[in-house]
Amino acid sequence: MRTITYLRATDTAGAVEAVSSDPTSDYLAGGTTEVDLLRQEVLNPRRLVDINDLPLNGIEGTPEGGLRIGALARMSEVAAHPVVRERFPVLAQALESGASPQLRNMASMGGNLLQRVRCSYFRDAESPCNKREPGTGCSALAGFSRGHAVLGTSEHCIATHPSDLAVALVALDAHVRTLGPRGERAYPADEFFLLPGDSPHREHPMEHGELITGIEVPATDPARRSLYLKVRDRASYEFALVSVAAALSVVDGSVADVRLALGGVATTPWRARRAEDFLVGAAADADAFGMAARVEMADAQPTPMNAFKVELARRTIVRALRTLTGGREADPGTGSPT
Amino acid sequence: MSSPGPALARGDTTPAERGPEAVRVTLSVNGTEHEIHIEPRVSLLDALRERLDLTGAKKGCDQGTCGACTVWVDGRRALACLTLAVTCEGHEITTVEGLSADAEPHPLQRAFMEQDAFQCGYCTPGQIMSAAALLDEGHARDDAEIKEWMSGNICRCAAYPNIRAAIRAVRDQT
Amino acid sequence: MTATIPSATGLPLDRVDGHAKVSGRARYSTEIPIPDTAYAYVVGSRIAAGRVVAIDASAARAEEGVLAVITHETLPRIAEQPPLVPSLGGTAAPGQTFFPMQDDTVHYAGQQVALVVADTYEQAQHAAHLVRVTYEERPPVTTLDQGRDLAYEPERIFGGWIPGRTERGDAAAGLREADVTVDGTYTYAANNHNPLEASCTTAVWDGDDLLLYDATQGVNATRMTVARLLGLPMSRIRVVSHYVGGSFGSKAMIHAHPTLAAMAARAVGRPVKLFLTREQMFTSVGHREEQEQQLTLGATREGRLTAVRHLKLSPTSHFDDWAEPSIGTSSQIYACPNYEGAYRLFRANTMTPTFMRAPGEAGGMHALECSMDELAHELGLDPIELRLRNHTEVDAMTGHPWSSSGLRECYARGADRFGWAGRDARPGTRREGDWLIGTGMATAAYPVAPLANPQRARARLYADGTAVVQAATPEFGTGVATVMAQVAADGLGIGVDRCRFENGDTDLPTIAAAVGSAGAGMISAAVHSAATALRRQLVDSAVRDPGSPLHGADPVRVSVRDGVMTADDASESYADLLRRTMRPDAEAVGQWNPPPHDTPYGMMTFGAQFAEVAVDADLGVVRVRRMTGAFAPGRVLNAKTARSQLMGGMLWGLGQALLEANHMHPETGRWANAGLGEYLVPVNADAPDVDIELIEVEDDVVNPLGVKGVGEIGQVGVSAAIANAVHHATGRRIRTLPITIEDLL
Repeated sequence: MRTITYLRATDTAGAVEAVSSDPTSDYLAGGTTEVDLLRQEVLNPRRLVDINDLPLNGIEGTPEGGLRIGALARMSEVAAHPVVRERFPVLAQALESGASPQLRNMASMGGNLLQRVRCSYFRDAESPCNKREPGTGCSALAGFSRGHAVLGTSEHCIATHPSDLAVALVALDAHVRTLGPRGERAYPADEFFLLPGDSPHREHPMEHGELITGIEVPATDPARRSLYLKVRDRASYEFALVSVAAALSVVDGSVADVRLALGGVATTPWRARRAEDFLVGAAADADAFGMAARVEMADAQPTPMNAFKVELARRTIVRALRTLTGGREADPGTGSPT
Repeated sequence: MSSPGPALARGDTTPAERGPEAVRVTLSVNGTEHEIHIEPRVSLLDALRERLDLTGAKKGCDQGTCGACTVWVDGRRALACLTLAVTCEGHEITTVEGLSADAEPHPLQRAFMEQDAFQCGYCTPGQIMSAAALLDEGHARDDAEIKEWMSGNICRCAAYPNIRAAIRAVRDQT
Repeated sequence: MTATIPSATGLPLDRVDGHAKVSGRARYSTEIPIPDTAYAYVVGSRIAAGRVVAIDASAARAEEGVLAVITHETLPRIAEQPPLVPSLGGTAAPGQTFFPMQDDTVHYAGQQVALVVADTYEQAQHAAHLVRVTYEERPPVTTLDQGRDLAYEPERIFGGWIPGRTERGDAAAGLREADVTVDGTYTYAANNHNPLEASCTTAVWDGDDLLLYDATQGVNATRMTVARLLGLPMSRIRVVSHYVGGSFGSKAMIHAHPTLAAMAARAVGRPVKLFLTREQMFTSVGHREEQEQQLTLGATREGRLTAVRHLKLSPTSHFDDWAEPSIGTSSQIYACPNYEGAYRLFRANTMTPTFMRAPGEAGGMHALECSMDELAHELGLDPIELRLRNHTEVDAMTGHPWSSSGLRECYARGADRFGWAGRDARPGTRREGDWLIGTGMATAAYPVAPLANPQRARARLYADGTAVVQAATPEFGTGVATVMAQVAADGLGIGVDRCRFENGDTDLPTIAAAVGSAGAGMISAAVHSAATALRRQLVDSAVRDPGSPLHGADPVRVSVRDGVMTADDASESYADLLRRTMRPDAEAVGQWNPPPHDTPYGMMTFGAQFAEVAVDADLGVVRVRRMTGAFAPGRVLNAKTARSQLMGGMLWGLGQALLEANHMHPETGRWANAGLGEYLVPVNADAPDVDIELIEVEDDVVNPLGVKGVGEIGQVGVSAAIANAVHHATGRRIRTLPITIEDLL
């Protein structure tokens, strides 16, 4: 880790001013990505502006049935909040399936959305990586790519977006609120995460110094009946191979409303709109779920090592939707079945 | 060498930028204030182990993937390896050395010994700090919950079933 | 002399160092406070094959606090490269016969190419990143597929200890005559030890005397290796290793870092701490090699084996013929007239692989026991019945009787505890919701390691009746300080609370590295010898002393209990004897000479493993629901710590079966999973409760107390039991390890 200077910000505008005016400054919140990658020398800011004292940590339900979360609220606090658990089970489950209890106590909501990919070639400062050093090439394309993406990839990058939280937020049509040198902005979550294309180093539309201040989740009819299903090798403390955030409302045996997003398989938290479009109005049964999953994964572009993810994603989508219609427990990710 | 105190403690409204050279940092660890001279890049873990000779928190991976460095920041379990020491000013740090106030072992320490919940002992301080927090959080209602909420602490000796037994023993006596 | 009735040995006592460990007071090798210590950080090679063309260290040297940047151009030449010999041999034990930074050659990625020393850890680490190395790169050979056509059959492997080929009878003929054959090719990913404490050394020079605080399984192995590499007299090197944060074989051989730390400390004239990073643990301490094993069984319709053929292909380094000894047990544990086993190696751009828990048997028994399950299935026999039909009371390779076995009891008691009886053998018949349920079993067998040298310990009894017993061995999780206090207390005839075991220092009596499950057997033998020698000395002293109530008694009739010597009605305590004769203490050294290598017994530890798995029928996720292991490890010195080690071994088997994998990027020769976020070891949520049955068998051949060890046997066979259970659940034979989701979709 290079030497750094440290500035503890006391007000939000001052923090934004400090980072905006200095291209070598980064924000420091929970530190779980920043400090890790500083030590790896993947990130090399000259100055860290500590924003942990800023008043951005509230969690509150809105009268309309939605949710407002401050960017500095910790993952564990949000997951434990009664309003979150009641109105948006998918959000609480996504948060609690991520990382470990210690990391969830540290990591902020804003930082979670900006966490960097787990691609070992990105983390290893010695390997070519277009995301870390644009133009150097993608080592994963011909490398060890079992965990990499099959959707939203490009010839320049196939790193998987690692966040569980973001998958749930994308499914819930959340908005990301920011404050930048040019004022406040709000981005639909689905537009906040950029496909790698030919510029994989650009992961979000924010300009330098723009700070996530909060997340807004609108009231959503099917959200109370929602879940997050995460499939991984280890029973805990591992990033997803495939995950599904799903919310569903069924009226008279037909799908009235559905929200579906995928994690672990795409370069961004992947809103499964094709599957949703297929499902609305369709019978809420296994056949329709299977067809919807097939439609969603039709354009997948796997490598030989991660080809299994296409089928695994289909099956996980079906399992998630079946579980929501059947009211059964279906969580292979945690613990042993009993 | 400049060594301004904590930004928030200063009277003026403009917070001071500190570093990159070593600065004076005041850490409150286990109820005792320590003043150390460190660069802002120094992690809480290295500050504890290499500057304060508090070696209970262990370095297992230095990347947030093992839990051996688990300490409490303001009573909540956190990873010292991914925490910069300078950010801890104004916060209370608790390490395994400060877990029990007097010479008496904490009930969890006693239970870990009785249940043989460790072998090499290197992950043990982190396991115990995590387990004590787990009990406070109320995440020890059954074995499935203990398993999940203790999964941030790797034990390569794989004493997991005995760790669960120790946690159950303390849960059930309180 | 009347044998002292053991009263402490075997008891499930809490660890004597438990409080030190739970309180954080136990000091591991980089935690000893030493004033003025500098920090060393290794720069590892980016490339896997080629040479270093240039090193630009100017930016690194310009960093504040940097004391030295050492490269192959400035590192002193080693005095001598000792041969590769397993550390059990009691000689110098380098992990490989290549020492880095002696010239510009690069043999593997991560190979040390520079060493940065600085005032603080942060300075050293950052400066290491600033060292610019220019390479001339050659395409590496890394994977099985790249090396298959380059393979050769080595004459001997494993430091020359094991022949490259083992045969009896005519395996080809045996397979021709068989009514049934099963043939499988098993492929295993490379595995890494990943103890939670990375390897580390603190080196302190005092003039020409070198003190090393080293995380090692054998302080004498460290001393002898460093002495020869540096050309120092052994008498000038002291190695201290009180607490070691796990090893599992990564600290069994002496890799380059202790010597590099000593060289760096000499270069900067200050004590130096060298703590490998987690990533460097994947390229600096050896690993269990990627490998392919082909296992072929022939059998009669009644299930009698007619032939076993066991072939292994694996990569080794450019300098050593090393393969973990996977072929051996398969020649010994089942009655079968015909056997063929052979290793094939190819030179790859890797460091020399090394011991990892259950070295050899973890993979060798996996292939054998999965094949036995397949054969049982083909023949319609219960898997235990098939094994019983091929059971042998002699080592099938040598014909020598087992020194002890207990295998039949392991099958029976394990099956009973697990509830094996009445199992419906048809695959895919049990389902609970989305989960397919299956059960499987396997035999466990691990050889009692052959020892070469006398092992020594010292016992000292003080005038107050308390005792200290000493041997050089470090504590790395085995509970050695606890169990040896128990052994010593019984040998001396005192209470265990009066006896302390002191260890982890080359100044103490010499003992070989505690590897290959040999530690408990050899150390207890030396400790028992020292303790009983001291007891004899004290008893003799009493009966010869006219002032003693025991004067004139026959020493053979004197028993000792709680520190009191008694013969008929007369008694005197050790303390009274020493005080009365004005002696501060009494001391004896004990030595145990291991059985010679031509001892006419087969020496093997046996067990039986059982596992129940649940496989998600759609998603392919495998979770182990419960495990039972029954083991016959000879005498158990402490039932609590022994169970813990067996449990740990069984859960290692779970990791081997389902999680642990490393792969080399075929083009760059760099490991893909060089971190604990990527190299998956079991976490708490993966670990079911584990049921363990200890079956004590008497063994008067292996060592005086009949201890066969518990470090490895717990892991052997577990992966096979799990793979067999996966087959039972799903009907699918997965022949790769680890078994992952994509195998079961």
